[in-house]
Amino acid sequence: MSDLEDLYREIILDHYRSPRNRGELEVPPASRAEGFNPLCGDEIVVYLELDDPSKGNDAVVTDLAISGQGCSISQSSASMMSEAVKGHTVGEVHRLLETFDAMMSVHEDSMEAGSGSDPAGTSDPQDLGDLMALRGVVKFPVRIKCATLAWHTLGEALDRAGAS
Amino acid sequence: MVESIETEPVPLDVASIRKDFPILTNREGLVFLDSAASSQKPTQVLDAMRHYYEFDHANVHRAAYDLAEAATNALEGARRTVARFIGADDQSEVVFTKNATESINLVARSWGAANLGPGDAVVLTHLEHHADIVPWQQLAEERGFEIRWIPLTADTQLDLTDLDRTLDGAKLVGLTAMSNVTGTFTPVQRIVDAAHGAGAVVLLDACQYVPHAATDVGALGVDFAAFSAHKMCGPTGIGVLWGRRDLLDSMPPFLGGGGMILDVRTDGFVPAELPAKFEAGTPPIAEAVGLAAAIEYLEDIGLDRIRAHEARLTAYALRSLTERFGDEITIHGPSEPDQRGGVMSFAYRDIHPHDLSQVLNSHRVCIRPGHHCAKPLMRCLGVGATSRASWYIYNDTEDIDALADAIGESGDFFTI
Repeated sequence: MSDLEDLYREIILDHYRSPRNRGELEVPPASRAEGFNPLCGDEIVVYLELDDPSKGNDAVVTDLAISGQGCSISQSSASMMSEAVKGHTVGEVHRLLETFDAMMSVHEDSMEAGSGSDPAGTSDPQDLGDLMALRGVVKFPVRIKCATLAWHTLGEALDRAGAS
Repeated sequence: MVESIETEPVPLDVASIRKDFPILTNREGLVFLDSAASSQKPTQVLDAMRHYYEFDHANVHRAAYDLAEAATNALEGARRTVARFIGADDQSEVVFTKNATESINLVARSWGAANLGPGDAVVLTHLEHHADIVPWQQLAEERGFEIRWIPLTADTQLDLTDLDRTLDGAKLVGLTAMSNVTGTFTPVQRIVDAAHGAGAVVLLDACQYVPHAATDVGALGVDFAAFSAHKMCGPTGIGVLWGRRDLLDSMPPFLGGGGMILDVRTDGFVPAELPAKFEAGTPPIAEAVGLAAAIEYLEDIGLDRIRAHEARLTAYALRSLTERFGDEITIHGPSEPDQRGGVMSFAYRDIHPHDLSQVLNSHRVCIRPGHHCAKPLMRCLGVGATSRASWYIYNDTEDIDALADAIGESGDFFTI
C-alpha cells in the first residue's frame, strides 16, 4: 500500500463523503466549542450534550453534532469521533481522547514496525476501532493537526459542559 | 499598473535559467509552483553571499580597519542597488528590515503611533495579506482609530464605487499592488491620486509585485513600499521598507538599540540620521549582499521579459486548465490574463485544497493549500481555503501541464 493510500483509507473517504452526526444542537442545553487549523483554514464546531453534567465522569454523552468545513482528514476524524463518543461516559471519552492523542504522536519508525506502540501507556490503540484507519496520518506530520482538530475541540466542549 | 507591451520582449530561455537554480537539479523532477510563498535561489545569489563571508565579513560601520570598511561598502552598495531598482532617488530612503511584515509593522508602530488616534481612519482592501491587516488592528485597539475596507467586485477587482466616501477623513491607505491569492493587480496610481486628494498617505505592499515587474516608486507616487528579498530570488531574513524622506525624517525610531543613535545619555538618547535610525542592531549584511545579487540577476534577465513570461504562462494556465476540466475547476480572480500576475487560486470539484495538494505532492508538484494569510479575502470568495499555484522565471508550460495531469490524477484518486 502506498503512503498516499495508507493516508486515505477507504473508511476515511467514506466518512468524508457521508459524515455522521453533521449539524447543530441547541445551546444550552448543549455546550459548543470552535476549533481552527490555522495551517489550512479548517474550522470545526463541536456541539455536546450530556445527560447530567453534575455526574462528572459518569455523565453520559447523549448527543453530539459537528459543523464546519475542512479536508477529508479533519472531517472524517470528526465524523468517526462523533460515533465513538456518543452514548459513552465523560470518563470514557477522556480515555479515548488520550488514546487518540497517543496514536497521533507515535513515531514513524514504530509505525513501520507495525506495533502501534503506545508511548503514553494510556490504553490499547486497538480499542480505537475504525479510528485506527487514521494511524497512517502520522506519516504526514503536517496532517496530524487535521486529524486532531476535532478531538481538541471536543476536549474544549467537555470543559465547557462543566462535567470535567 | 502594468502597461501593455508594445513590442513583444524576447522570450526567456527557461532551460538555461533553470540551470542557475541548484535545487531544480538536486531534486530531480521537482515541479515547483509555490514561488509566491518563496522563490528558489540562483547560484549567483548563493555565490555572492558565500564570497562576502569568505572575503569581506566584519561588523559594519564604526571601525577603522579595511575589512570593516569592505563589509560596510557591501551593505551600502546593496542599499544603492535596491534604491536604483525601485526608482528611489535617495538611497537613505531604503531601510533594511527582517521582511516585509516587519516593514509594515515599522510604519504602523512609528508613523501610525505618531499620527493616528480617535476620529482617524486607516483604509485597507479585502485583498490584503494579514501582514497589512493585523498591525493596523493591533494599533487600532490601542489608539482607537477606525479601519475601513475597500470591497471587491465579483471578478475580485477592487470596487472603487464608494472610494471617495471611504477615503473621507482617512490618514493612511494600506494597499497591495498584487493579491497573493488571486493575482489581481490593483489600480495603484488611481488610488494614490484619490488618497492624496483626501490627505492620506499610501503604504504599498509590493511583495508580489517587485519580483515580477519593473517598479518605480516615484512614478507610482506611493509614500511607503514594503517587500521581501526571498520572493525575488534573494535570501530569507531581509526585507525592505522604502519611504518618502520627509515622512521617514518625521517619524520616531521603531526598534531601539545600537546603530540607531547619535548619542545616548542616562537621561535619554538622540536618534541617528536615516536610514540608521530604523536599523537597530547588526543588520542582515550577507542577506543585503544576496538581495543585491538577486536584483542584478533579475535585471540581467530583464523585468519586462519576466513580466511577459509570467503573463504568457498565466494565459496558458487559464486556457489549458479551463479546457481540460471545464466546470469541474473554479479559478478565482480576474478572468483576463493581463489583469493578473503569476498566481492562481483554484478549486477542483469538491476536493479540499489540503487533500488536493497532498495528492499533487505524490506527483512532485508543489502547490500551497490554505488561506494564504488572507482570511478576509477567503470570506469574500466564500471558501475556507484555496489551492494556489504560482510561477516564476524557472517555470514553463511543462510545469502547468504537470499540474494539470496531477489534478486529473487527484480526481481519479478521490472518486475510487
